Amino acid sequence: MTGIVAALTEAWGEIRVHRVRVVLALVGVFLAVFAMTTITAVGDMGRQVLGESFERGAGRPATLRVDASPMGMATAATTARAQEAVDEAIERYRIAWHTSNGQTQLPVRFPDGTVRVDAFTVDPAYGTIHRTLPEAGRWFTQADADSFSPRLVVNQVFADRLGGFDPAVPMTVVLGGDTPVRATVVGVADTPWGGDMPSMYVLADAAARWNAVDPAFSSPPGTELWVPRHDAELLVANLQQELTAALPGYYVSVFRTDSAEELRILDYVLDYGVRGVGIFALVLGGIGVLNVGLVTVRQRIREIGVRRSFGATSTRVFTAVLLESVCATAAAGALAVGLSVALIENLPLELILPAELSLTDVPGFPFSAALEGFLAATAVGALAGVVPATVAVRAKVIDAIRY
Amino acid sequence: MSLLHLAAVGRAVPLPDGSTLRILTGVDLDVPAGEHIAVVGRSGSGKSTLLNIIGLLDSPTTGTYLLDGEPVERLGQRRRSRLRGATFGFVFQQFNLLPGRTATENVASPLLYASGRQFWNRTRIAQEMLERVGLGHRLDTMPEKLSGGEQQRVALARSLVRAPRVLLADEPTGALDVDTGSAVMDVLEELVRENGTTLVTITHDLSVAARADRQFRLDHGVLSEVAAETVPSLTASRGGGGA
Repeated sequence: MTGIVAALTEAWGEIRVHRVRVVLALVGVFLAVFAMTTITAVGDMGRQVLGESFERGAGRPATLRVDASPMGMATAATTARAQEAVDEAIERYRIAWHTSNGQTQLPVRFPDGTVRVDAFTVDPAYGTIHRTLPEAGRWFTQADADSFSPRLVVNQVFADRLGGFDPAVPMTVVLGGDTPVRATVVGVADTPWGGDMPSMYVLADAAARWNAVDPAFSSPPGTELWVPRHDAELLVANLQQELTAALPGYYVSVFRTDSAEELRILDYVLDYGVRGVGIFALVLGGIGVLNVGLVTVRQRIREIGVRRSFGATSTRVFTAVLLESVCATAAAGALAVGLSVALIENLPLELILPAELSLTDVPGFPFSAALEGFLAATAVGALAGVVPATVAVRAKVIDAIRY
Repeated sequence: MSLLHLAAVGRAVPLPDGSTLRILTGVDLDVPAGEHIAVVGRSGSGKSTLLNIIGLLDSPTTGTYLLDGEPVERLGQRRRSRLRGATFGFVFQQFNLLPGRTATENVASPLLYASGRQFWNRTRIAQEMLERVGLGHRLDTMPEKLSGGEQQRVALARSLVRAPRVLLADEPTGALDVDTGSAVMDVLEELVRENGTTLVTITHDLSVAARADRQFRLDHGVLSEVAAETVPSLTASRGGGGA
């Protein structure tokens, strides 16, 4: 115990005495670790931004889309039968997160006239699976399905045509058709259509209750399932087979909609590209540490000889010189990681990210990157310290004292 | 029994041309514990080599060296290093203080290789030792801010901080003026007397050599004891010089 503490004390003493040299030698290592950890963290953040953007359109990984449409004319009965088969499958596989959604057009009575508006018929779970983030107001809740006034989440163009959305002021609009009903706008969010035309989300149950959906302008609803990634491929195959068997006379289509596979390319670049560049930079930094270490140890031959006269063993001399390098690079690595964490944690994302991008789940600083940066710096210190330590041990004590 | 016993010790080194340079030949020396001996000789006569062999920094190529009755030839490198640190203190002509460390840190530095209480209390022990050499007011002073005499006193304190059984002094006053050298020797002798430390001094200063209990002359690698009354005559025959 005393030996270890003594070796560390000796190493730290050397670093303290030669701090200017040490600091200069460590600039490369510090910058390399800082760059490696920061870029990794920023990359993770960028991946999350991109992932969330993809998830808004295609669902979270892994999202499966199940469509079942009759080969003949679609009716309410065929739609109900298909939905029943899909619901049985959901029950059988105990899939917790699922949403049924479809597209239609609903007549909306704006102040300047009635317009047939694209509508997405959804349920509250759709917002979770697609990370739908209202810009104002809120997304649907389960209670909205029981409301007498259909709830709507509309796009900005829609809200602007009603005079602008204010959460504090109830905004209503009449959905036309055979049985007009006054709907309440509860939130504003981008819709899959985007663009300059008004569009909206409406709860499918509410739309059906008020007969607001005209089959002539609708497509049969499909079902989306949010399942564990590792089960996705097997589920696609099984559901395709089972639903095809359960629904003779139907076209059954089961496929994966999320973009996780595409994002794997980005993951690959982050994993190997960034780390590869970081390791290369670290090696360059390590060469700097090695050079300075070699020059310094030659200048310290007399000191090493004096220490040998104090009773320092070869092992102790080797360990002390090696520890100097390791402690210094470890300290540089820790400082670089700390600075990187401070920078990343305080990034003003709202100012940096473009308006069309947003980040709901801000990823924490990647612990693995912090650990890798610290360990890599320490390892570089160890590798760069071996050569000077060997030179120190090989110095002849007598010559060293006379040096 | 002698603390240091050298019998027919020789040291030779091969030269690049294939010949052999004999630095020491048939050195016999017995030094009991607590004695002060001095070795004088011309430059290149092998004084420092003898000191290095005694201090386990070098090994003889022939002969026997018993340290407190134990043959040192059989010791491994690690054991030699530890024995060196625990048994010997070194004083160098050029002080060899560690740059960038205060006087206290310099004196404490040998205790980094000690164990237990000595290691953990190294700062206090070092400060006490500096007080004993009269440098209690220079504890936090860097070596370059100290005078030559003060630097050598720091070196003395450092060499004695582990309470060695043998102090090996290689030209301890070689870099000092006469008065300062005399003052340093006074301190040195007082400390070794208090601790019962054996002192081996290599010097070309005959006044320093005359302070020893016995004097030896090393000439072309051959060691011979000099009668005390003949020491002053060495000045004329040798003319001084480093080891």
